[in-house]
Amino acid sequence: MRIVIDLNKCLGYAQCVPLAPEVLKLSGEEAVMYDPNPDDTQRLRVLRAVASCPVQAILLDYRDDPGKTTKP
Amino acid sequence: MITRSLDAFKANGQIVIVGASLAGLRGAEALRDEGFGGRLTIIGDEPHAPYDRPPLSKQVLEGWVKADRTKLPHRREIDADWRLGVAATGLDRTKKLVRLGDGTEVPFDRLLITTGVRARQWPNPAEAGLEGVFTVRTCDDAARLQAALAARPRRVLIIGAGYIGSEMASVCRKLGLDVTVAERAAAPLAGALGNVIGAIAAEMQRDAGVDLRTGVSVSALEGDSRGHVCRAHLSDGTRLDVDLVLASLGSIRNVEWLDGARLAAGYWGLGCDAGCRVFDVHGVVTDDIFVAGDVARSPHVLFGYQFLSMEHWDNAVLGAAVAAHNMVCEELDRRAHLLVPTNWSGQFGVNIKSVGVPSFGDEIAFTQGAVTERRFAAAYGRNGRIVGAVTFNQGKWLQHYEALIMRSSPFPPPPAGFDVPADARSVPADFPPRGVGAPDVILTGHDPNERQAELVQPPR
Amino acid sequence: MTPEQAFAEAMKFENRPNPYPFFDELRKTPVARTAHGIYVVTGYKEIIALAHDPRVSSDLRNGSLLAMIRGGDSSGAPSDADSGMAEMLDKYGGDTMMILSDPPDHSRMRRQAMRHFGPPHCPDLIPSMEEYSVRIVNDLLDKLKGKHRFDVVDDYAYPLPVAVICKILGVPVEDEKQFHVWIAEFLGGMDLGPEAATEEGKRRQAKGRESRTELTKYLIGLIERAEKKGGEGMIAQLVHDTGPDGRMSSSEILQNCILLLVAGHDSTVNLLAHCVLTLLRNPGSIDKLRKRPELIPRAIEEVLRLESSVQFFPSRSALSDIEIAGTTIPSGAPIFLMYTAGNRDPAQFPDPNTFSLERDAKESLGWGAGVHTCFGGPLARLEVNVGLETFLRRVRNPRLVVDPPPYRPSQIFRGPLHCEIEIDGIEDRGAS
Ligand SMILES: Cc1cc2nc3c(=O)[nH]c(=O)nc-3n(C[C@H](O)[C@H](O)[C@H](O)COP(=O)(O)OP(=O)(O)OC[C@H]3O[C@@H](n4cnc5c(N)ncnc54)[C@H](O)[C@@H]3O)c2cc1C
Ligand code: HEM
Ligand code: SF4
Repeated sequence: MRIVIDLNKCLGYAQCVPLAPEVLKLSGEEAVMYDPNPDDTQRLRVLRAVASCPVQAILLDYRDDPGKTTKP
Repeated sequence: MITRSLDAFKANGQIVIVGASLAGLRGAEALRDEGFGGRLTIIGDEPHAPYDRPPLSKQVLEGWVKADRTKLPHRREIDADWRLGVAATGLDRTKKLVRLGDGTEVPFDRLLITTGVRARQWPNPAEAGLEGVFTVRTCDDAARLQAALAARPRRVLIIGAGYIGSEMASVCRKLGLDVTVAERAAAPLAGALGNVIGAIAAEMQRDAGVDLRTGVSVSALEGDSRGHVCRAHLSDGTRLDVDLVLASLGSIRNVEWLDGARLAAGYWGLGCDAGCRVFDVHGVVTDDIFVAGDVARSPHVLFGYQFLSMEHWDNAVLGAAVAAHNMVCEELDRRAHLLVPTNWSGQFGVNIKSVGVPSFGDEIAFTQGAVTERRFAAAYGRNGRIVGAVTFNQGKWLQHYEALIMRSSPFPPPPAGFDVPADARSVPADFPPRGVGAPDVILTGHDPNERQAELVQPPR
Repeated sequence: MTPEQAFAEAMKFENRPNPYPFFDELRKTPVARTAHGIYVVTGYKEIIALAHDPRVSSDLRNGSLLAMIRGGDSSGAPSDADSGMAEMLDKYGGDTMMILSDPPDHSRMRRQAMRHFGPPHCPDLIPSMEEYSVRIVNDLLDKLKGKHRFDVVDDYAYPLPVAVICKILGVPVEDEKQFHVWIAEFLGGMDLGPEAATEEGKRRQAKGRESRTELTKYLIGLIERAEKKGGEGMIAQLVHDTGPDGRMSSSEILQNCILLLVAGHDSTVNLLAHCVLTLLRNPGSIDKLRKRPELIPRAIEEVLRLESSVQFFPSRSALSDIEIAGTTIPSGAPIFLMYTAGNRDPAQFPDPNTFSLERDAKESLGWGAGVHTCFGGPLARLEVNVGLETFLRRVRNPRLVVDPPPYRPSQIFRGPLHCEIEIDGIEDRGAS
């Protein structure tokens, strides 16, 4: 999978971090660090983290994004 | 363009993007979003698919993420002809084609330039060629540097304490490596944030155990018999035994391939209007050439219409979107790239974020929090208006300042209702004098009607 | 309808199942002055701006809300409406909880509590609750085997978050029977609507005050026990904290533990129940999520956007005159940031009343915004994800019995009191 976090938008409240702890980490109080190309085994967790971000700062590759492929 | 209708161009035109990184990728996606259905060619000299650079100086060097695992997510399908691993070497504006290093040529109706910048190498080529001397801009650089750090050098020397140099110093300390930072200015981050904030950054480095030396420069590097760097000579006469050197000396714009194309390309980048349309050498706007990302330089309404180069991630993303839009729209629908720039940097456990252009300001006032705890916000002002702000571990307040900057609100801003710093007076922000690049254009001809601009090749 | 009338209607108990037409009415004036000089904010943009404005306080002691309410404003409506809140401050004096404080105290308390709850100091606690949650919901469904009807609230949504927050805090889950009633009555007594002035309303407020006292006494007991004996869980960790910020004062520990116990389950119940309710109201969505469970996380956020568990939190006030949306909020005025209304602002969410899994705009206000953004969001999401996944996998052919279901009285914490469904049965646990 591929993700990128827009760290300008990110407010560092770590709503996402505990939902995918292998992929997202907090470095200090509010700096998020992440694995940009996580393993597919992390898929469900990454999707939870992506959905959780209140400012939608986590961009998911369209091929990984269920919302991009669900149109009826 | 006038002769062809926009619809025909959108359906069958040819667009070439030179530079296959963040701005190039987002530009390509935006072109498709905007309904461009013609032929799209993306040329990149790196052999890699577009990847993200900010992690390179952070999670990659720490050894958590592999250097080849920062590939950028795609927002959508692009359907482009990717020409990776081959550089553009020339631009022919008359024939409207791009020449490539492999001898081929790619014609275009419209061109988007996103060639970014590269790391400035250590100026002495023999010393720069020593084993153990690094710069970091590409994932290959980061992979080599990470391997060298993992081999646990006894002492690392970082030359230059801008954002990337400072982040690197932080990583070295996290890895438990001894590290010296040599910075010519009075403090780290002084160029971006001024000496008042720089002094705080300096304290952070020293508290973390960095051997920070300011006001000195490195005059020479010395190699051992195997050609590996072993010693550095500083301008204050000290010598330092080191076995890894990272030169973090800023960047050079990738504009050489435009030599001869008579565009406004030079030391500070490729000039364009606020709609990303490139200027020619006279400052006249071109119709079919656009630019975005680190290599671009454009006037900004909020900052006295000064030409700004913004080497930040969001400038690449948002600039590419504006450029792409303007490449395929009617004149009346053009948009301006009116970004209020933002930047982030994680170092020594502190999240440093800025908004606006701090270096455009000359005064600074602490507005929230406590400097002693490295948890604060500060605003930058110029002529009584707020032009920038910085936060240390207080990022959630930044958008308040962004809104003030967008409205050119008075400086100092209205006081916060709580957590007001002990000393909230404004003081000079104390930026180091801005280095002036060699003038790279001259005027020739006596009669105003014949006057021509000539580019002078800057020393490279 | 004046903004004042629209707000009163939106707060009325009879409109709890569907307050949205009144919020739409209110949003015509995105920042509106209503009864008692309260500024009610219903525009998305304006809520975001005020939530990030350092001149807006969350400390009730700064606003005139309490004074106004306690002063028994003669204009009718809520005379003693906010007694629950008044109690919080009056009786236990001294310090307050993070949700009712401003930086730097707020940020310090949040760090002190986060130290024992989440990253960077405690990154494993929340993830470790996943397995526990899976076990709880599976046990709950096992108990419902053979039944053809159950209450999603009492039988499913409520027991999960209560068990989890008890484990995290170190509160004996056996005591739930007691504090369940206290919390329900305490929240029920916090009435900001027109019914507060009725006989029934007054009775509920009195009951709420008593229950709050009981709850406080109960928590003081737990804190004192932790002081003497130590033990597992956050209460003990807060009491014996040796972190870089030191230990909270005793009244801060008490107040924040009350907050964590109540906020730590109440809104989660509402969200999980609203998830089931919303899916059942939108034919086809259950099948879609069963086939594509990777859509569940975004479905949950979309439900929260539509049905905010926390409609607003009535703590804010202006610390100086603030100009916004053509209005000046005067210094001292109470401000209600109506997350629930911002979440259906058509300027931010096109077609705002529709439940959509394909929505691009997802930046909802359901977890608040600014420095008070929900502390427990990641835990709540984990629980609701587990709860909903398991429900969808194991509950066969669920159907709503009554729509709308009966709602709980609170205007702040909005959710169904019960949500009866009929089912064809419960599947076995399966591999997981
Ligand atoms: C280590 C590091 C850390 C960073 N950290 C941050 C940060 O924390 N925050 C932040 O905001 N920004 C950060 N940045 C900056 C950010 O990465 C850049 O702003 C962004 O990469 C700019 O994208 P771009 O596409 O304009 O240019 P680039 O990413 O530089 O891409 C230009 C591409 O064009 C190629 N190219 C050049 N010339 C030619 C040619 N003639 N023909 C073909 N291809 C060519 C280059 O090889 C390159 O691949 C960091 C950068 C680095 C290197
Ligand atoms: C679906 C479930 C939940 C929802 C919708 C929710 C919503 C909210 C909202 C909107 C706020 C902001 C209040 C304000 O504006 O002042 C908030 C704050 C808070 N929430 Fe939650 N919450 C949920 C679950 C939880 C859980 C599980 C916990 C605890 C473990 C929790 C603890 C808190 C705390 C402590 C605050 C105050 C934060 C502060 O002041 O900094 N919440 N919540
Ligand atoms: S949830 Fe979003 S804003 Fe918060 S830390 Fe994660 S990416 Fe940043």
